[in-house]
Amino acid sequence: MKSSVIVFPGSNCDRDIAVALEKLQFKNSMVWHKETELPKSDLIVVPGGFSYGDYLRSGAIAAKSNILSEVIRTGKKGALILGICNGFQILIECGLLQGALLRNSGLKFISKDVLVRVQSNKNKFFNKYKDGEILKLNIAHNEGNYFTNKKHLEELESNELIPLKYCDEEGNTDLKSNPNGSINNIAGVFNKNKNILGMMPHPERMADKILSGEDGLGLFLSLMN
Amino acid sequence: MKFAVTVTLKKDVLDPQGKVVGQTLKNMGIKNLNQVRQGKFFEIDMNEKDSVKAEGQVKEMCEKLLANQIIEDFKINKTE
Repeated sequence: MKSSVIVFPGSNCDRDIAVALEKLQFKNSMVWHKETELPKSDLIVVPGGFSYGDYLRSGAIAAKSNILSEVIRTGKKGALILGICNGFQILIECGLLQGALLRNSGLKFISKDVLVRVQSNKNKFFNKYKDGEILKLNIAHNEGNYFTNKKHLEELESNELIPLKYCDEEGNTDLKSNPNGSINNIAGVFNKNKNILGMMPHPERMADKILSGEDGLGLFLSLMN
Repeated sequence: MKFAVTVTLKKDVLDPQGKVVGQTLKNMGIKNLNQVRQGKFFEIDMNEKDSVKAEGQVKEMCEKLLANQIIEDFKINKTE
């Protein structure tokens, strides 16, 4: 499989995700934001980091870059797109995903391992996980507090468009297991067609047993399935 | 031609920064304070004589980049 990782000034998880993809034999290309064409790819990743220093709003400037118009075009045609952390913020700012990511409710930058529950595995990104499986993934963000209107929230819940929710060890998704104030403990959302995923936790940071853990590997294996 | 644009979070969106600033001001002894909402301010200088056209362009800037209309409102004032 071929993948492309988009790189902005300020991206800092681009190489981590490239290492994870290459470990699984993806043929990966790094694509600079000024490019106007995307190499042919089965998966496009918008990585985490602090594109443009989070100026204006996190992801707002990157969402207007040259390469993003290509990402939007291919995404609308059905290409698989994964936005992680700042990548999630960018996908929201460019309109590929709905909702908004507000400042964490506790007003602090959070960098820690959290538990998330796989809410649905009937999609391209989580089919290698069990329904209800609990994963340990890392989060590192200041604006990860997902918010959306009531109508869209109902649409997300009833169409299995929320693949990941923050939870505790028993899988409870309540206020206590919610690190950042996200509505309904949402850690990631899909677009309607489930070909575009945005998530705050970093699967690429859990792709090596020796370094941290392997709970994130299933996502990349699912994509290859 | 200059415009002043302010962008603030919508009424129903929680503004934690504004809340903290408001609480601090109360702690400083300002008892009659209702609430504080924090926002962003932009001063936009346009090389344009037609004020209707310029204001239209500033509005477009707000809609397309300066404000995220899902969570934010904007106000435009012509200053010069």
